[in-house]
Amino acid sequence: MYSAIVFLPLLGALIAGFFGRQIGARASEIITCTLLTISAVLSWVAFFSIGVDGGEEHVTVLRWLTSDTLQVNWAFRIDTLTAVMLVVVNTVSALVHWYSIGYMHHDPHRPRFFAYLSLFTFAMLMLVTADNFLQLFFGWEGVGLASYLLIGFWYLKPSANAAAIKAFVVNRVGDFGFALGIFAIFLIFGTISFEEVFANAPALPEAARTMTFLSWEFDTLTVICLLLFMGAMGKSAQFLLHTWLPDAMEGPTPVSALIHAATMVTAGVFMVARLSPLFALSETAMMVVTIVGATTAFFAATVGLVQNDIKRVIAYSTCSQLGYMFVALGVGAFSAGIFHLFTHAFFKALLFLGSGAVIHAMSDEQDMRNMGGLRNMIPVTYWMMAIGTLALTGFPFTAGFFSKDAIIESAFVAHNGWGFYAFLATVIAAGLTSFYSWRLMFLTFHGRSRASADVLHHVHESPAVMLVPLGVLAIGALGAGYLFKDLFIGGNHEHFWREAMAAAGGTEILEAMHHAPGWVAWSPTVMMAAGFVLAWYMYIRRPEVPVALARRHVLLYKFLLNKWYFDEIYDFLLVRPAMRLGRFLWKQGDGRVIDGFGPDGVSARVLDVTRSAVRLQSGYVYHYAFAMLIGVAALITWYMFTGSVH
Amino acid sequence: MSFGPILSLVTWLPIAGTLFIFLIRDDGEVSNTAARRVALMTTTITFLLSLGIWAGFDPNTADFQFVEKYDWLAGTISYHMGVDGISMLFVILTTFLMPLCILASWVVIKERVKEYMIAFLVLETLMIGVFTSLDLVLFYLFFEGGLIPMFLIIGVWGGPRRVYASFKFFLYTLLGSVLMLLAIMAMYWQAGTTDIPTLLTHEFPTGMQTWLWLAFFASFAVKMPMWPVHTWLPDAHVEAPTAGSVVLAAILLKMGGYGFLRFSLPMFPLASDLFAPLVFTLSVVAIIYTSLVALMQEDIKKLIAYSSVAHMGFVTMGIFTLTHQGVQGGIFQMLSHGIVSGALFLCVGVVYDRMHTREIAAYGGLVNRMPVYAFVFMVFTMANVGLPGTSGFVGEFLTLLGAFKVNSWVAFLATSGVILSAGYALWLYRRVIFGVLEKESLKNIADMNRREIAILAPLVVLTILFGVYPSPLIDVTEVSVRNLIEHYQAALAAVDATSLAAR
Repeated sequence: MYSAIVFLPLLGALIAGFFGRQIGARASEIITCTLLTISAVLSWVAFFSIGVDGGEEHVTVLRWLTSDTLQVNWAFRIDTLTAVMLVVVNTVSALVHWYSIGYMHHDPHRPRFFAYLSLFTFAMLMLVTADNFLQLFFGWEGVGLASYLLIGFWYLKPSANAAAIKAFVVNRVGDFGFALGIFAIFLIFGTISFEEVFANAPALPEAARTMTFLSWEFDTLTVICLLLFMGAMGKSAQFLLHTWLPDAMEGPTPVSALIHAATMVTAGVFMVARLSPLFALSETAMMVVTIVGATTAFFAATVGLVQNDIKRVIAYSTCSQLGYMFVALGVGAFSAGIFHLFTHAFFKALLFLGSGAVIHAMSDEQDMRNMGGLRNMIPVTYWMMAIGTLALTGFPFTAGFFSKDAIIESAFVAHNGWGFYAFLATVIAAGLTSFYSWRLMFLTFHGRSRASADVLHHVHESPAVMLVPLGVLAIGALGAGYLFKDLFIGGNHEHFWREAMAAAGGTEILEAMHHAPGWVAWSPTVMMAAGFVLAWYMYIRRPEVPVALARRHVLLYKFLLNKWYFDEIYDFLLVRPAMRLGRFLWKQGDGRVIDGFGPDGVSARVLDVTRSAVRLQSGYVYHYAFAMLIGVAALITWYMFTGSVH
Repeated sequence: MSFGPILSLVTWLPIAGTLFIFLIRDDGEVSNTAARRVALMTTTITFLLSLGIWAGFDPNTADFQFVEKYDWLAGTISYHMGVDGISMLFVILTTFLMPLCILASWVVIKERVKEYMIAFLVLETLMIGVFTSLDLVLFYLFFEGGLIPMFLIIGVWGGPRRVYASFKFFLYTLLGSVLMLLAIMAMYWQAGTTDIPTLLTHEFPTGMQTWLWLAFFASFAVKMPMWPVHTWLPDAHVEAPTAGSVVLAAILLKMGGYGFLRFSLPMFPLASDLFAPLVFTLSVVAIIYTSLVALMQEDIKKLIAYSSVAHMGFVTMGIFTLTHQGVQGGIFQMLSHGIVSGALFLCVGVVYDRMHTREIAAYGGLVNRMPVYAFVFMVFTMANVGLPGTSGFVGEFLTLLGAFKVNSWVAFLATSGVILSAGYALWLYRRVIFGVLEKESLKNIADMNRREIAILAPLVVLTILFGVYPSPLIDVTEVSVRNLIEHYQAALAAVDATSLAAR
């Protein structure tokens, strides 16, 4: 069954990819959607049999790499964490597949699109089912490939191509650390299988406690965890490596929902949770995870405040929410982090698909400044988006309420400096989240319409094939928190997680959360309400205020609008110098120095010599000299060799 | 086991093919077609026959297999052939690629077809001979002899700057050759034999090892090519006809790596140990330097040529780690690069044949008219980038793993190459394949025809197969590599012991 879950999407991708032309677009759609739906249903079966009933499965598929002591198989490890991820990935993926039938119906390249979607799902499944570091890396880069292909799906657009390359290369920067982390693991543990590494990590022999990395001596597990975390930062678009995610919105919207909201970008969170037995052993690593997460949560929320592209707002929101998840992991509340990953998948996919429906209705308009007043024209979409927004902002009893508040509380009860920093950052970000989410809603759906008459004329509600997936996700966004909180972070969590994560997902800290002061539990809700009121005031009551504010604080506004100038800084510090250096090495290094003193130089000298020889009118001098040289060389050689024999 | 003189058969069969081509009477197009057919048949039969070597190969021993030995020159220099786990797959790689090269030249080469085919067949014999010969002199003859047909292929059927390129090629390799010849003479005087298996167990004096190592290094480093003696490669590639580029990148470059494994490491272990830091430095410089240079190239072939230099950096780095993973990774990287770079040059050939330019700027938006081509090119681009699941990943991963064991700085710097490779490869792909098809000249470009698909399809399959299931290749090398490393370590330990005893 587990092989079927993983390989059915691959089968779909191969059929749609290679035979899409022959069987036609409709057949490709139906085949991929059906296979994905089967996978999704099986995933829920797995979720109940592994997670709820308790169990763990290992399936070995094929030998992969064997070199001396390095032995790697293609193999699945299915425990509760994997089962949760299977459910998230396959459910969202199946819904996105169905939704795309409606969303993409104008596109001439549908078979290719569905092949990519299914290929992505397969790579993601390989990632979450991995039982060793190398397969994790395979899935990791595989989803990177699929993401690259899907961001650049509309290959006629230069901006899409640029965004695709950027996504791949920035992720590679993270993977650079990931790869080094794997090398370090193998050096220390002599294996790269999760099971053996986790078993040996707590009791490393004294000599292996520290290791030399580059020229310095470090704590072994800290080095390993930080290197691996670099990969997580790239994939999950954390602070400093986040720049690719907003640009990735160039891809079709279903892609944004699936890859850049619900699944792929959470791979970093999954990785840290999967490796929690390692991370939990290094306080420094945990601190870094917390601080990076908290910083991202705050930073991305500030940028989200001023963006005008509807998808970019949600993209920054995703970035920020991923930061929340890392905060939870960093303070040791692994289960809370995964719980937020689980609920976030529903409401963020809902928001993205909802915004897709808006964009679809508005004839591909994405700028919110050209929207407004859509509430009555596309009411179903409006209500779906409203549900998503409520869940995202943590309105009581929606999904986000349970998971996000759990994270904020856990940060507070962590009782260390960085925990408190994370608490502050996440609480403030909760207010910002509420503000930008409602700003999005008000700009898009309320007030007077700012669209052209032509566009307005075409506004229409989406077909059922798009609305039904929205409805399913809306149910998840409303109910997933309430239904599953007991299992994930409540009284049953120990039975649920068991060995899947360190300390059964952080029993101690979950316990401590019950004793957090009341104001801590209330603070995010208060911040949410404040954000809502402010958004309402600025975009409904007094719409002239934001403009005036932007004008008065023009520097701050520009700073936020330009995303803290990260793109510009990287371009200036890294991209341009690399290109300049490349050109310099080519023209000066290869051209002038190596060739100049090498072959070209030698031949030029030879020509010079011959020319001057000719000028001396004794052309044979050169030949004599050359013959002599050869003779001398031969003589010396002869003496050398005979000498060495005796 | 009785396979007859299968190595000699495989080695000399292509030469036999040239005899048939000589027999063809010269009357225009008919004789050209006949020459092509003979060449294709010869190379195909050679390939099929060489599969027998693989089938009969025993991966559980490090000894040379299929050995043939006859007295040749005055009892000292013998005709001695055999393969072990290190050399065997290179023979297969050569025989496998040759029919594809002949097919790739099927239509493009219109002038002097007979001579062209003869040059390729002779080249094949000489290349196979490099990997099968077990006598130094024999090896040297094959090793250097291979230059001549390659020199001719570039010089006669090459592009506009072919004379400059072939001259540069020649000048570089000449230096190495002379030094290697001197070294071979010195080895003969010292050990009294040119028999490779005997030399493998011979212990050269420490001081002499240094000089011999450097002499061999001069030759192998140029072939590899290692930085800074790499500048002949981009020019040679750019001017060579497509099939010439394929052979150059896929097989000739591997002779350097093979030479390190066959001679430098086992025969001069002390010197190898001494010079390993030098090799690491040059490898890392090659990886970073040439990747940056590749980023800025304006010519497709040059870009791929520079990326070849970077990939060969992984090979030399892996080999000189003398760790099991590093050496196996190095061998695998060479085999994989043989497939992938060969395929990339074939891909360039596909569009070059249509447009007669290699300028990146002359292309753009090819996916609109050439979807099959776009797919094939994507597979090899990803393999070049080292995406897991393609053969390119396995070699890079293993060599880096080995390097990390030995020196984390080396691994750290070399791993940064994966970022740069993603940069230049994807940027190339974008500029050639993606975008709107605006250029008037490209409006009628046709997708790959059946012949081209037939050439590239097996390469696509192998690239992915060996990425997912590399064991068929890795297992062959296992025992021989273990033997190599044990021998090396024993030699180092022996010296340590004597120096301790002397103290």
